[in-house]
Amino acid sequence: MPSGCPCVSLDASCVSASHSSASVTQSYSLTQAHKPTIMATVAEPNAIVDWPDRYAHIDQILENAGPRTDPAFAAGDEVKGFLRTQAKVLVIGAGGLGCEILANLALTGFKDIHVIDMDTIDVSNLNRQFLFRPKDVGKSKANCAAEFIMKRVPGVVVTPYFGKIQDKDEDYYMQFNLVICGLDSVEARRWMSATLVNMVDPENPESLKPLIDGGTEGFKGQARVILPTITSCYECSLDMLNKQTVFPICTIANTPRLPEHCIEWASVLEWPRIQADKKLDTDDPDHINWLYTKALARAKEFKIEGVTWSLTQGVVKHIIPAIASTNAIIAAACCNEAFKIATTSAAFLNNYFMLIGTEGIYSYTFEHEKRPDCPVCGGEALEMTISADLTLEELIELLQEKQDIQIKKPSLSTADTQLYLQAPPQLEAATRPNLLKKVSELVKGDAAITVTSSTLPFNLTLRIVYN
Amino acid sequence: MIKIWSMKKNEDAAAKKKPKVSAAQIRVQKDLTELDLPSTMTTNFPDPADLLNFTLNIKPDEGMYKGGSFNFSFTINNNYPHDPPKVKCLQTIYHPNVDLEGNVCLNILREDWKPVLNLNSVMVGLQYLFLEPNADDPLNKEAALEMTKNRDQFLQNVKSSMRGGSLKGQQYDNVLR
Repeated sequence: MPSGCPCVSLDASCVSASHSSASVTQSYSLTQAHKPTIMATVAEPNAIVDWPDRYAHIDQILENAGPRTDPAFAAGDEVKGFLRTQAKVLVIGAGGLGCEILANLALTGFKDIHVIDMDTIDVSNLNRQFLFRPKDVGKSKANCAAEFIMKRVPGVVVTPYFGKIQDKDEDYYMQFNLVICGLDSVEARRWMSATLVNMVDPENPESLKPLIDGGTEGFKGQARVILPTITSCYECSLDMLNKQTVFPICTIANTPRLPEHCIEWASVLEWPRIQADKKLDTDDPDHINWLYTKALARAKEFKIEGVTWSLTQGVVKHIIPAIASTNAIIAAACCNEAFKIATTSAAFLNNYFMLIGTEGIYSYTFEHEKRPDCPVCGGEALEMTISADLTLEELIELLQEKQDIQIKKPSLSTADTQLYLQAPPQLEAATRPNLLKKVSELVKGDAAITVTSSTLPFNLTLRIVYN
Repeated sequence: MIKIWSMKKNEDAAAKKKPKVSAAQIRVQKDLTELDLPSTMTTNFPDPADLLNFTLNIKPDEGMYKGGSFNFSFTINNNYPHDPPKVKCLQTIYHPNVDLEGNVCLNILREDWKPVLNLNSVMVGLQYLFLEPNADDPLNKEAALEMTKNRDQFLQNVKSSMRGGSLKGQQYDNVLR
């Protein structure tokens, strides 16, 4: 991890409030020779920089080591310099949690913040996503949030990306010191967590990026710290997820009793039956309207009350009412962790905080353990040195002979191809010709091989080195 | 910034760099290669390189659907095993738990799905529907009603529908081998 550069002063007086992170850092380094005091000098009109006591409260934490601070804590200018001129954080999601997170980060002194969100602003977001105004409806959440923060908190540079996290590659994620997720999708979280785990390169300490994941559902929420490959990852805890409400399809088809049953009937059974191959787009008001009309007719038929347009939208989009204050609590917890991790000013969360506000208020913090058979961060790794002439069949024999791993009938694949699958018969036959080919022809470069076997409770990652 | 790396070095289990295979893919590979299917069921992959889309053929060797050959499509998304596989019957069949669009009423495909279940459990569950149709959870209400009220007529309907006959104006697919 990059540590704060030595004798960093907090004197950022010459830093112009340029909206580019590069120029902030650059002009900062030019000012290092200045005296190490907090100064307020306005270099040019409109260029607002830190004013006296801007961070007076936060500096109380950063200027002195406390009984709980890490021995490596470099109280004073070094840590302040790192936080305010070097730390680069990525926020994923600019929605209910994201707005809170961005505001908190900016106000705690992070100055180089990036944000990704693929969504546009809906009028129903405005009650809690306070960085947006009615005029912003229809615009990108990431862009509007960035613009708002930069206007409101001088000297902070927020770089937005209006798109999907999957559009970005490892090089992109590598530039950050830490990542904070405020997402509402399991799939996006799984992707982000797996990507950061996969990025960890044993040769490169910089490749390990702490991930802080926040999530809320009504009055419930959680905040957790994931140190990829070191602590339990998102995939490890997949079985802890609340089950979505799903109704038996036969109830939907024959014995509806609730308005939700009628809506599910319209979306699960009637839409594919009547609209055939047309894909249901839950963001399209016309589609919701169609479902609503169908569901309402069915509700009448079964004398069920309560089918409304907004319930229809809620059921098909799996909307759980968002509570602004739950978001505020969870975002605050996430940002405190980000601050502690970036500054080492206090012990950070190990590793799972949950908040249950549904019955009174209850919170619990515990250490979620890594799952040894986690398909993302678990499993074992093995390196084998083989001759470039070795065939796949010979490699499989070698694997089965290994006493320490006890593999029977392994199936092997790489990220883009199946090398050899033991079953089902058709796939075995399709991959059988590979057995006689050389491993060096099948596996390019240093690609890793994923090995599964019924005798392994997890998967094994095999790396091949040619002698 | 915390020095995480020192924590990592103390860890014995410091994993080596992983391949970029999604968790869903690894799970599907594990599920498929460890399938333990009776001879009555076979899988078919239109594209052997694509493990996420395939069909399952079931030829029940006992019960009232014996002699039939039934095909189901399996569609697995990248959120597997959090999401269950999507399964549809590819033929129009007369069955209390399968509707005319091919939707299947099997609890573990929807409300009772859990990530600990696997493709084997789903396939065995599907076969069970042919051995023991369940009139209490109907998708084809008429078939279910017939099954409880008039079992002999129901058995006859099953036979004729499997031959490709029509019942009450509804044409069924011939599923005999």
